[in-house]
Formats: sequence, structure tokens, C-alpha cells
Amino acid sequence: MSLRTRLIVCSVVAVLAVIPLGATEPPDPLLHKPAAAFVRNDLQKRRIDLAKYKGQVILLNFWATWCAPCQIEMPRFAQWQKTYAPRGLQILAVSMDDEPAPVLEYVKKHPLPFPVMMGDEDLGAKYGDVLGLPDTFLINRDGIIVAHFKGETRLESIEAELRKLLDIR
Amino acid sequence: MQVRKFFCLLAFFAFTVLTAHAQTAISATTIPTDRLVQPEELVKLLQSTSAQPLILQVGSRVMFGEAHIRGSQYAGPASTPAGLKALESSLTASPKDHLIVLYCGCCPWGRCPNVGPAFKHLQELGYKNVKVLYLPNNFGDDWVSKGYPTEHK
Repeated sequence: MSLRTRLIVCSVVAVLAVIPLGATEPPDPLLHKPAAAFVRNDLQKRRIDLAKYKGQVILLNFWATWCAPCQIEMPRFAQWQKTYAPRGLQILAVSMDDEPAPVLEYVKKHPLPFPVMMGDEDLGAKYGDVLGLPDTFLINRDGIIVAHFKGETRLESIEAELRKLLDIR
Repeated sequence: MQVRKFFCLLAFFAFTVLTAHAQTAISATTIPTDRLVQPEELVKLLQSTSAQPLILQVGSRVMFGEAHIRGSQYAGPASTPAGLKALESSLTASPKDHLIVLYCGCCPWGRCPNVGPAFKHLQELGYKNVKVLYLPNNFGDDWVSKGYPTEHK
């Protein structure tokens, strides 16, 4: 085998060895599927039924008061709710704190312009087991999960997806 | 008198700031690297016939309820005084040299508020063989998604 041929073969083998490395991440089983229904009371005892928000774009955020990246996100979410509500955005926050007391204390200090509910194992399981925070889902106007942001995420990325769903150029 | 009052206030303020800083400064990144155990290593240990470690989840009770390492117990949240007491209570039957593995996985490693305080507390109590499971992203991505031994709700 000539040197040229050997080099070509080695290059092809090297490329084929590298390509699968980019494909090890399993597909998200929740994406492009209907968002799981739920009905919960929020901290102000208002009944929150996800189905009632069909026709709006939902940002469903799982968070907790002890989660540092969540603390960074909350003020931006509050700002987005105010800015994008006229275009049909509804943010729903689900706290994965073990008890409501610290959440009530948090919202007293940092009033939020969207419902905050207490989560639990059942609700977490409906959304693929929420096993790391923050965990954010974008649900389109037809009730389909179209984006899923797990862990600390660049807020600009979430906002860019949100603006697409809200049809804002 | 005014000067004395001023310095008293200053001292009180400094004490408050320093204490608060100390309480929030126990990051997961303070845990020495030789005390960390990688998920693959723990899986091998769980599958071996060696003496099994006591595995304690020291984070969120809700998340423990969703899924946890098979055979682990809940003993948290270690970011709170009540959680540290729960951690102590879970160890009353454990010899001080028994291998204990702590984990949380609530948040990205550097942001976890639980494993640092838990590790420090056990060291202070004289437990000599404590390791912490290194979960760089979260429990879901670094353990459950990899198919490692898990108990679900």
C-alpha cells in the first residue's frame, strides 16, 4: 500500500472514529410530545390548570430556593413575564423545596408576577423525573414541549427560543 | 461615646458579614479530590462482593423520592441545621471507620449547597472514611441516565 493510500485510509478511520462521539447523548423523550397535564394550587391558593393555558406559550420552570442558578434566573423570568405577557407568555414556576415555608419567605422578599406552585415526586415524574435544577420546559401554543433546558443554561438561549415561539423577530 | 457606639456597630457588622460568608463558603469544591468517588467506581463497588458502603443522599427529599441510588438512604438537606442533625442521626449505628459515601446531585457540582457542609460535618464528628460521589451536572444526567443502579418512586 502506498504512503498516500495509507494516509487516506488513516484519515477515513480517524473521521469515522470521531463521528459517533457526537452521537452518544440519548434523545430527550419529552421533546415534541404533549406536556403532561397537571392541576395544582399555587402559593396563593389559586387553582392552576395547565390545560387552561392552551393557546399561550408556557415557560414551565422547576426550581428551588436553595438552588443558586435558579436564584439568577428568577429575576429574568419576572422581567420576561412582564415584557412578553402581551404576546401570550405565561410562566409557571414549580418549587422542588421540601416544604413551602422557605418558598413563601422567598416570594415575600422577591414578589413574582407568575404562579408559584409546590412540586413533588408525582409532578417531577410527569416531567421525566426532575433530578437536577434548574429544569425549564418551553411549551408551545398547542401544548407541545418544544424545548427543554436542563441545569445552568445561558438565559439568552432560553429567551431566543421563547421569542421564536412568541413570533417576535 | 459616639465613637464607641460607631466601633461597636462596625464590629457587629463585620461579625455578621464574616459569619454569613463562612456559612455560605462550604462549597463542594472544598472537598479534597482524593475524597471524591466517580460514578463508575461506585457502581463497581456496589457490584462487588466487598463490604458495602453506607450511601447517604444529603440533598432534596423530593428528589430522593423521585429517584435515588439503589440502597441509599435519605439524610438531608445538609445545607440546613436540621438536615445536619438528620445526617448525624442516620450514622448512630455506623463505626467511625466504615466507608460512607455522600451524594446530592441537585445542581451543578460547584453550586451544590449540600455535599460540602455534609462532608465537613462528618469530618468534625470524627468519621474517617467519608467519600463524596462526584456528580458534575446533576443526579439525573450523571447517574440515572447512565443506567446505574437506581430506585424510582
